[in-house]
Amino acid sequence: MTTATTGAAAPTRAVGTAHTRVEGRDKVTGAARYAGEIPFADLAHGWLVLSTVARGRVLSVETGPVLDMPGVLTVLHHGNAPRLHTDYVGMLGVPPDLTAAVFQNDRVPHAGWPVALVVADTSEQAREAAEALVVTYEREPHDVAFSAGHPDAYPADGHMPALTEKGDLEAELAASAHVVDEEYTTPEEHHGMMEPHAATARWDGGRLEVVDSNQGTTWVVDELARMFSLDASAVRVRSEHVGGGFGSKGVRAHQVSAVMAATVLQRPVRVVLTRRQMFSLTGYRSPTTQRIRLGADPDGRLRALDHRSLNQTSTVWEFVEPSAGVARIMYDADAHRTENRVVRLDVPSPTWMRAPGEAPGSFAVEAALDELAEKCGIDPMELRLRNEPDGGPVSGLPFSSRNLAACFREGARRFGWADRDPRPGVRREGRWLLGTGTAAASFPAGAMPSTAAVTAEPDGTFTVRISAADIGTGARTALTLVAADALRVPVERVRTRIGDSDFGPAMIAGGSMGTRSWAWAVTAAAGELRERLVPGGTVPPEGITVRSDTTAALAALAQKERHSFGAQFAEVAVDVTTGEVRVRRMLGIFAAGRIVNPLTARNQLVGGMTWGISMALHEEAVRDRASGGLYGADLAGYHVASHADVPAIEADWVDDPDPDDPVGIKGIGEVGIVGAAAAVANAVWHATGVRHRNLPIRPDRVLEAGGPRV
Amino acid sequence: MATSTSSTVTLNINGEKHTLSVDHRTTLLDALRERLDLTGTKKGCDQGQCGACTVLVDGRRTVSCLQLAVASDAREITTVEGLAEGDRLHPVQQAFLDLDGFQCGYCTPGQICSAVAVIEEHAAGWPSAATGDVRPEAGPPALTPEEIRERMSGNLCRCGAYVQIVQAVARAAAETRTETEEAAA
Amino acid sequence: MKEFDYRRADDVSGAVALLGDDPDARYLGGGTNLVDLMKSGVERPARLVDVRTLPLDRIEPADDGGLRIGATVTNSDLAAHPGIRNRYPALAQAVLAGASGQLRNMATVGGNLLQRTRCGYFTDVSKPCNKRVPGSGCPAVEGEHHNHAVLGASEHCVAVHPSDMGVALTAFDAVVSYETADGAAELPLADLYLPVGETPHRETALPPGALITGVTLPPARVAARSRYRKVRERASYAFAIGSVAAALDVSGGVVREARLAFGAVASRPWRAHTAERVLTGAPATAEYFAAAADAELAAARPLPDNGYKVTLMRNLVVAVLSELAEEAAR
Repeated sequence: MTTATTGAAAPTRAVGTAHTRVEGRDKVTGAARYAGEIPFADLAHGWLVLSTVARGRVLSVETGPVLDMPGVLTVLHHGNAPRLHTDYVGMLGVPPDLTAAVFQNDRVPHAGWPVALVVADTSEQAREAAEALVVTYEREPHDVAFSAGHPDAYPADGHMPALTEKGDLEAELAASAHVVDEEYTTPEEHHGMMEPHAATARWDGGRLEVVDSNQGTTWVVDELARMFSLDASAVRVRSEHVGGGFGSKGVRAHQVSAVMAATVLQRPVRVVLTRRQMFSLTGYRSPTTQRIRLGADPDGRLRALDHRSLNQTSTVWEFVEPSAGVARIMYDADAHRTENRVVRLDVPSPTWMRAPGEAPGSFAVEAALDELAEKCGIDPMELRLRNEPDGGPVSGLPFSSRNLAACFREGARRFGWADRDPRPGVRREGRWLLGTGTAAASFPAGAMPSTAAVTAEPDGTFTVRISAADIGTGARTALTLVAADALRVPVERVRTRIGDSDFGPAMIAGGSMGTRSWAWAVTAAAGELRERLVPGGTVPPEGITVRSDTTAALAALAQKERHSFGAQFAEVAVDVTTGEVRVRRMLGIFAAGRIVNPLTARNQLVGGMTWGISMALHEEAVRDRASGGLYGADLAGYHVASHADVPAIEADWVDDPDPDDPVGIKGIGEVGIVGAAAAVANAVWHATGVRHRNLPIRPDRVLEAGGPRV
Repeated sequence: MATSTSSTVTLNINGEKHTLSVDHRTTLLDALRERLDLTGTKKGCDQGQCGACTVLVDGRRTVSCLQLAVASDAREITTVEGLAEGDRLHPVQQAFLDLDGFQCGYCTPGQICSAVAVIEEHAAGWPSAATGDVRPEAGPPALTPEEIRERMSGNLCRCGAYVQIVQAVARAAAETRTETEEAAA
Repeated sequence: MKEFDYRRADDVSGAVALLGDDPDARYLGGGTNLVDLMKSGVERPARLVDVRTLPLDRIEPADDGGLRIGATVTNSDLAAHPGIRNRYPALAQAVLAGASGQLRNMATVGGNLLQRTRCGYFTDVSKPCNKRVPGSGCPAVEGEHHNHAVLGASEHCVAVHPSDMGVALTAFDAVVSYETADGAAELPLADLYLPVGETPHRETALPPGALITGVTLPPARVAARSRYRKVRERASYAFAIGSVAAALDVSGGVVREARLAFGAVASRPWRAHTAERVLTGAPATAEYFAAAADAELAAARPLPDNGYKVTLMRNLVVAVLSELAEEAAR
């Protein structure tokens, strides 16, 4: 027995102090193991076979020749695979994307649909056999052509109502001194996290164990248990290190097919997606077309705001990219109408991708506001400040805090905005035209029920257990700091274990809610543990463990508009003779709750802004109409920003603790990308005098649009 | 002609020799990860399009996903596991850790191996696409942030930690220069 | 990827003998393109003959005062070579503009010239492609082609050659040396690539089983003032959408000699002979540079979505030649 020694004195205040990642040493030495890297004895390797047609039926899967190939153990397909249960609503309140429920029937709803899994002793054997497998199809005509005028579009709710409207839109537009009426488009974009989806499944004494790369182990347990009709307690999912997620790492074909194969073969099976497979199996951000109409008085006050967004979804899952949700929070008007619509096409299922809705929606809204500022002859930052709403434009609820104006003022000071000449196309440096742009950002601040356990160990240390996921956010480190403060002990005495569903239900790393949700649970458990430990008392060998569950506390939260905010600034250089656009510098100032770890928080916000550059200038998946598949579905064909595309970016914040959160957290995972692409696009206009309303702002588009010859 | 589809090779990795029979299809990357349990080297795309699998082969950075294991026989290979000296991290590793040059960590071993080579390539006077005048008479380029960005561009980081990575490479390069100068003095 | 035999050659004749006349055998250099194509199923060789360790890794003075570059010289070594940087700076710049530091360390000069197009239809075996499967069709003509050819293409194939190095080598009249069972032979780089026509799958004029052993750069005073400019869809680590290798010798404001080659506009590095003829003897001014570009690009036959390349190439020619002329005037 050892003496319990939490500090009763002043808090240690680890929160708010820069701290390198607790797993950082493992990551820089290569010791950190990701899902596909945990050794298993007698491991078999599965390789998925995807459809080459965009719509139709599987007529036959010629397994015979393949089963005779060296090392091949089995071929699973719709004719022999275990049956799955798919008629359910999962932990996130939505039914499963049937792309993950593999081999249940002969239908092919899109190109790159999983039709078989070949399992062999080695990955080389599995790959060769998968390539050799002959699958015949009955082909049907497909429609993959996404366009604003698609006749099959319909309003869809998703996570928010499809439609909100108030006031007489046409009348207010008619009465407006200045009107903007434009269409903006964003292309199909892919998550492209560096670690491909990977899972190893095995049965261990009647319990299914899956080592996986995901954004929430208990989320994956919930889905797998439902699909395979198992008790959730009979499934364990571990995910210690995750090489990025961005919304894509939930239940996918790789886990489900690995579980099937492990069940059939009764040996451990690993399925790793190839980079090309990821482009049709792991979700993506739908393309959007967005029509925006703004009407304003001469002083820039908005009288009318109309935002209609359309995105595509698959025929097997409805996903709404709610771009029209942005103005429901950001801007009020006498007449205010927002609507999200979707159209079902013969394409893979889209999904959540970093700031779903906000990222494409903010591009359109914030670019349109820049156009309105130009028409009104008002500084674009000033236009936004004049349109700051008192409460939620649609809900009418008060904001928990809205420090957007403070972000703009601090950002303008540091960026040097006051000296800006508003005229477009008048600054030249050699072959480059220069311009600056700004945009506003917001993202919901929420929390979801989670459980945590904190143990006082006999050696005087503390162990936090929570099925959180650190997909690169720094959550593991942040939770360690939060626990240390709640326990009032030095950080070095706290060890945080995450990524194991046996630690109990918890929120996923998603919606910018992970760290906040988990920190709440950790704070509750740690706080109670500290109270329970008697100074000078003893700790038994098994330790003293306190568990928490935040369900009740969250249910008691008052209804408010809770959001993070930010102001984005960008400077670009454009060569209109070659079409090249380079971002020279960016600054983002955010009001995003209490910042737990400034070192990792700055990194994450800068990372979001980097995504904004990438979205503005590079990212675009091109769908080939004839085949229905993507053209160039790899990282050479799908460009994400490289080192050379990313200049010095600064991110900082204003003081903005959330008054209703025990730590003051709001969440910072997504707000960094919001508005960033618009700031870049607005800067391109300022440089060239040309509005680019279709992303990405590719060289050919810049070249064809031309520019001033100054 | 008699043919075979596998061969016995000796891979010299981080100073240690490993003799093993490899399927000719096996890449150096898969041999490291699947056969030798050296999983620090990451598979991001398996197509030479991301840089996550970067290792040093005979001192030069190489994407191990496009290097066949059988063609790596008798070559000196350094992976991320071979950079630290005992508990003492390589200056590049230490700088990545201190300056938070990563988020999810999956591209990190590749970034670090690449950075180690970038510092050496620059010290050897190699120009880059960011070098204004590549002629020898122009002298070696300074390792500016722009030069670092261009030279590191073969390593994608989707989390977007580029800004911190460039700072880390600059710091490690400066430390390496100082060490070299002190050794010379 | 199917199983394959692997042999390492000790010398050039041994390599040629190991490959023999086997149509399913391939030489393996750096592997940066071939291994990738094997993974995607585009290439399915039964045997690889590894030529990476052949003693062809030197850059040496040629008898005529030029430089002879061995076929297994890596891109990195080529770009770092003082003689190349001094006498043919555009070649060093072109190499440095390609791929990444890692790939340049692996890739070889011989392999670079024989690399295959990155057309997304060619590299995806689930789609038709006349270059990969003769007669299957070219979906790019009606489909995605914004980075496809505007010069020298045919309805059967509009893919572009991806090399940067080859563009500079073409401008400098490089000569390719190769070896077959019959012995050593040479071929001007300008004649290496076959016209597309109806046979886009037939890419080079090399005899079956030939091994490229080196590339010779003839001496060229004009090359000392040369430049390579590449435009791509991100700032680095991407293939060109248009590039120019240019060299200019100006005396008294008049062009004495000009070299000009284009990248990413045709199935091969495109030597702009027509433009060079217009430039020779013309005043070194933007007006004449534009006229030269227009003369060359008059042959362009853009598709609906790649017409911008004509403008891009014209602008690049004017910009790069103007820079060189300005430098010469200094």
